[in-house]
Amino acid sequence: MDDFLAARLQMAFSLGFHIVFACIGMVMPFFMSLAHFYWLKTKKTVYRDVTKAWSAGVAIFFATGAVSGTVLSFELGLLWPKFMEHAGPIFGMPFSLEGTAFFIEAIALGFYLYGWNKLNPWFHWATGVVVGISGLLSGILVVAANAWMNSPAGFDFIDGQYLNIDPVKAMFNDAWFSQALHMTVAAFVSTGFAVAGVHAVMILKGKNIAFHSTAFKIAAIFATVAACLQPLSGDISAKDVAKRQPAKLAAMEAHFHTERNAPLIIGGIPDTARKTVDYAIRIPGLLSFMTTGDFNGEVKGLDSIPKEDQPPVAVTHYAFQIMVGLGMAMVGLALLYFLALWKKKNWLKSNWLLKLFVLATPMGFIALEAGWTVTEVGRQPWIIHGVMRTADAVTPMPGIAWSFYLFTGVYISLAVIVTVLLYRQITMVGKIYDSSSKVPKS
Amino acid sequence: MIYVVITFLWTAILLYILLGGADFGAGIIELFTSEKNRERTRKTMYEAIGPIWEANHMWLIIAVVILFVGFPKIYTTVSIYLHIPLVGMLLGIIARGTAFVFRNYDAVEDDMQKVYTPIFVYSSLITPFFLGIIAASAVSGRIDPQANDFLSAFVFSWLNWFSVAVGIFTVSICGFLATIFIIGQTTVESDRLHFIRKARRTIFVVMFCGALVFLAAYFEKIPLFDWIFGDTPGLIAIIAASISLVLMFFVLDKDKPVLLRLLAGFQVTMILFAATYSHFPDILLLKDGANLSLLTHQGQAKTIDSLGYALLIGSIFILPALVYLIYIFQKKKEVDSDH
Repeated sequence: MDDFLAARLQMAFSLGFHIVFACIGMVMPFFMSLAHFYWLKTKKTVYRDVTKAWSAGVAIFFATGAVSGTVLSFELGLLWPKFMEHAGPIFGMPFSLEGTAFFIEAIALGFYLYGWNKLNPWFHWATGVVVGISGLLSGILVVAANAWMNSPAGFDFIDGQYLNIDPVKAMFNDAWFSQALHMTVAAFVSTGFAVAGVHAVMILKGKNIAFHSTAFKIAAIFATVAACLQPLSGDISAKDVAKRQPAKLAAMEAHFHTERNAPLIIGGIPDTARKTVDYAIRIPGLLSFMTTGDFNGEVKGLDSIPKEDQPPVAVTHYAFQIMVGLGMAMVGLALLYFLALWKKKNWLKSNWLLKLFVLATPMGFIALEAGWTVTEVGRQPWIIHGVMRTADAVTPMPGIAWSFYLFTGVYISLAVIVTVLLYRQITMVGKIYDSSSKVPKS
Repeated sequence: MIYVVITFLWTAILLYILLGGADFGAGIIELFTSEKNRERTRKTMYEAIGPIWEANHMWLIIAVVILFVGFPKIYTTVSIYLHIPLVGMLLGIIARGTAFVFRNYDAVEDDMQKVYTPIFVYSSLITPFFLGIIAASAVSGRIDPQANDFLSAFVFSWLNWFSVAVGIFTVSICGFLATIFIIGQTTVESDRLHFIRKARRTIFVVMFCGALVFLAAYFEKIPLFDWIFGDTPGLIAIIAASISLVLMFFVLDKDKPVLLRLLAGFQVTMILFAATYSHFPDILLLKDGANLSLLTHQGQAKTIDSLGYALLIGSIFILPALVYLIYIFQKKKEVDSDH
């Protein structure tokens, strides 16, 4: 395998792995804190049991997310030293702040996990909230750094020199808000549906129903509300990308020719040689409207971008379709759930709604990975948009393919172990967490 | 502001060695504990490091972020030429962090523990070993940006007797820190005596490994002796460390856990001081003599300023919370053991 490709794949794998753990690690504390809040308020033991079960999940995911994040902070240099040499001082501000947020999160988690019956109950609860807030802040800061790669700011690039560096301007680049918003909501959607789906399975199996129903309700409400907000933030992102990175938008839409009244292309198989998309559904004028607010607005196609600056079309397009398709499916499910809560209470007791949630378990995370594929592949061939090419940033060390195999093996085995561990946590709920099903000790 | 940043970098490295090191040491000791004592060692260790272990490893991240933001040339040079030991260290970090959590959060206690435990103890050994190699390679002058074959650019940059000896020495330091730490954590008198015996042995191991480092430096023609004893501050540091070591031997069985920890921390601080002082501001010694220095290879002024402010503001949040975390669980422990 070519070293450059291996480096890209290793980075993609590492990020793709980390993102799942990071998301769960930053969103589940909120579920946990809400359950904890109900426990302190109502003193119903089921809330305490759910809180404790979820906190074990948080511990597992936080630790895995923390180590994979540590690895990433080194991989940036191991794989892309030329990039880090110039980018580090410019986009380092969010990373240095993130260090603090992450540290606070680790400290708060120490208080939380070991603080049962040792701390003042409300102080203990507050440390759980701090875990969530600082996790969320870490996520936003890291996404702001990524946004800088899409929308470089805070320096002047003159004759190959990076001058007049302003780290604060770099952090508040044009893309930071839309990307951070989209990612934060996505974290809630994907974690919410994943957690709700797992508890739905257990309810359908008829195990510890009161426990799992309580857990399901909390996760489902976060998931469904976030799912309905996501298209709004997606719209902000799309308009932003159209303005800043027309090449990325053109690849997402497989939009080959610059035109007015541009159609929205749904699905289909892009053919880059013939510059057309086969078997796609086209809605006339909608792309123009969505990106410019005018059905007759001009949307730049790939033909306006020099060949050597075009991102891979097929991968970006498919990934985008997957993300939007799954996003819409989750919105649909969310609307059904709201309808059930509002008018059709009997649906809540029926199995088909739960089965739909089971089906939706992985959807959020698949959409999330697809979304990151759009962002990252759609930025190619640039590592810093318009400034530095990814191929120029790669390490001079040969043999990166071996490193790629090694890390892939490690990540796969970790994923397997985490899955086994979670499976065991979930199947042991009756014995460990659900106090209503425990036989009192004599 | 550059000195603020350098102080934070040095302190982050020191705290990682002290706190992270004691944490790694917990695994190392488990490896060198007989079967019959292993269970209670593990239990005492877990109670001691449980609440704080995640925080201990944050210092490494802080140090790395300071390097890549403030001193990008140094970060990237290390990343390129010490790629292989860095990967070794990362594998250790992944394996250890996850194995620690897995073995404490597995809902079912069965044969899977036989998988986690060896991973935990061996990765506790590997990670500081590679850390030591990386630190030694930074100053051994074998990194050669002019090299044009794989072995001399990417392997002999770190593979030599001196680096290996420093790797072993780092492992022994971690074990030493953990044994001293654990003495104060024991609640049963027989355990306390057991760990005191262990600490005594570990001190000899550290001294032996330290001698190995000097021997390896001699063979590799690295002027370690001059670096450490060549200037007054380094010499004073080493003398102070030696005196405190002698003192430690006398108070080891005197039930003064806090004093013991302070002495151990002091010794390691002095060793790091002596090892870094003679090169300062150089941090990466290259084969061609074009050393990388913290002062000449720093980022632009605005970068250093904002990094310095971020660190200062961060420490306002972190340090009180961290101190309180340690305080509260230590206090609870004392209350628990009184009952």
